[in-house]
Amino acid sequence: MPVLHHGDLHLSLEPGETALDALLRAGVPVPNSCRAGACQSCRLRASSGDPPPASQVGLKPTQRERGYFLACLCRPESDLTIAVDDDPPQDAEVVAIEPLSVDVVRLRLRPLAPLVHRAGQFITLLRADGLARSYSLANLPGDDTLELHVRALPHGRMSQWIAHDLRPGDQLRIRGPEGDCFYTDGSPEQPLLLIGTGTGLAPLLGIARDALHRGHTGPITLLHGAVTPAGLYLVDVLKDMSRAHANFSYLRCALHGEAAEGLQIGGIEAVAAALHPKLAGHRVFLCGDPERVQALRKQCFLRGARMDQILADAFVTARPPV
Amino acid sequence: MSLYDELGGAPALDAAVDIFYRKVLSDDRIARFFDGVDMERQAAKQKGFLTMVLGGPNHYTGKDMRTGHAHLLAKGLNDSHVDAVIENLGATLAELGVSAEKIAEVAALANSVRDDVLSRDHKPAV
Repeated sequence: MPVLHHGDLHLSLEPGETALDALLRAGVPVPNSCRAGACQSCRLRASSGDPPPASQVGLKPTQRERGYFLACLCRPESDLTIAVDDDPPQDAEVVAIEPLSVDVVRLRLRPLAPLVHRAGQFITLLRADGLARSYSLANLPGDDTLELHVRALPHGRMSQWIAHDLRPGDQLRIRGPEGDCFYTDGSPEQPLLLIGTGTGLAPLLGIARDALHRGHTGPITLLHGAVTPAGLYLVDVLKDMSRAHANFSYLRCALHGEAAEGLQIGGIEAVAAALHPKLAGHRVFLCGDPERVQALRKQCFLRGARMDQILADAFVTARPPV
Repeated sequence: MSLYDELGGAPALDAAVDIFYRKVLSDDRIARFFDGVDMERQAAKQKGFLTMVLGGPNHYTGKDMRTGHAHLLAKGLNDSHVDAVIENLGATLAELGVSAEKIAEVAALANSVRDDVLSRDHKPAV
């Protein structure tokens, strides 16, 4: 009989019993509603073992890859351990802090143990006093260091500290990775559209690098937007990428300022809409400002992108201290 | 065999939800009720609704439908909006090749939740 591990519980499954039934039987309060794989309220994640494919129907490919499954459809054929708590934080050392623009720095960290992650996911930085903030990973898995883009917000407690006080050699703790906004294999010819504002570029850069690294052959378009052209950074790196890869194109836009080669002036939704009026068959990645992400998600969906082919990471910033 | 199974069960329903939700968001009569909602959660709810009206496995409760729509009543949700949703549902099924006869059956089932959606105790006299 397969065994279901959940914290201190080790449940032997009855024949035909679902993971949801077994957990409820043991008194674990798993939220659930339709019990038919539709509402997804009983979604859980396996930290080890393989959930049956039938229990992953309807989930995003990125969620499937991370071990998510629907407990109501899960009749395990082998042992399964359910992720109960976050992974414990680990130590990382600051390798470099370099300016990328007027208010964005690149923070490079070396975790003491290699971090298993996908480009585009995010980690949470923990300062010694308990302050925690999440930042996306722009580097490729397997790189020596993690690359984060940090915008120094006017009242940002963590970001100001990173930009001004943190030094190479300092120690931080990190937790994660988390997030479903990353590239998955399986459709190498699919057109990819990556749209982001501000430091939303970090995960998109990671995703673009990862897709190219994994041999994606379909067109990859990256559109980076900012309020003014000064907010656009790594312009030369992205231009080099588009010269090096025939299927990668890079465009940028700013709300105010003067148009230039490869730089359009206008709102990012309008620029994106003119770029790709029809999105049926596209996979779309949206990162950055939550309002822009929400508006772009709706726009991309109405223009034909499938709901499960729109992956997004909205950056919610902490409220400034009063 | 339920229409749910005929259409291909849970996997086929994702496509149906995409078509349905796109129609609803493009319908000026009702689009405003969806402003600012979490689109992924909304799509999951619509999948539950479609599963129910197509005769698929579900644990539908009128209470969920009431609490889920209570805040929209304050925004003016009424019978005309329910009509619009059922119309979009029919157009979605027509696009998926469902016969007019079957669509009428589904519409009748969708109509059965109307009072719950609008938080009414009794069906109005016809």
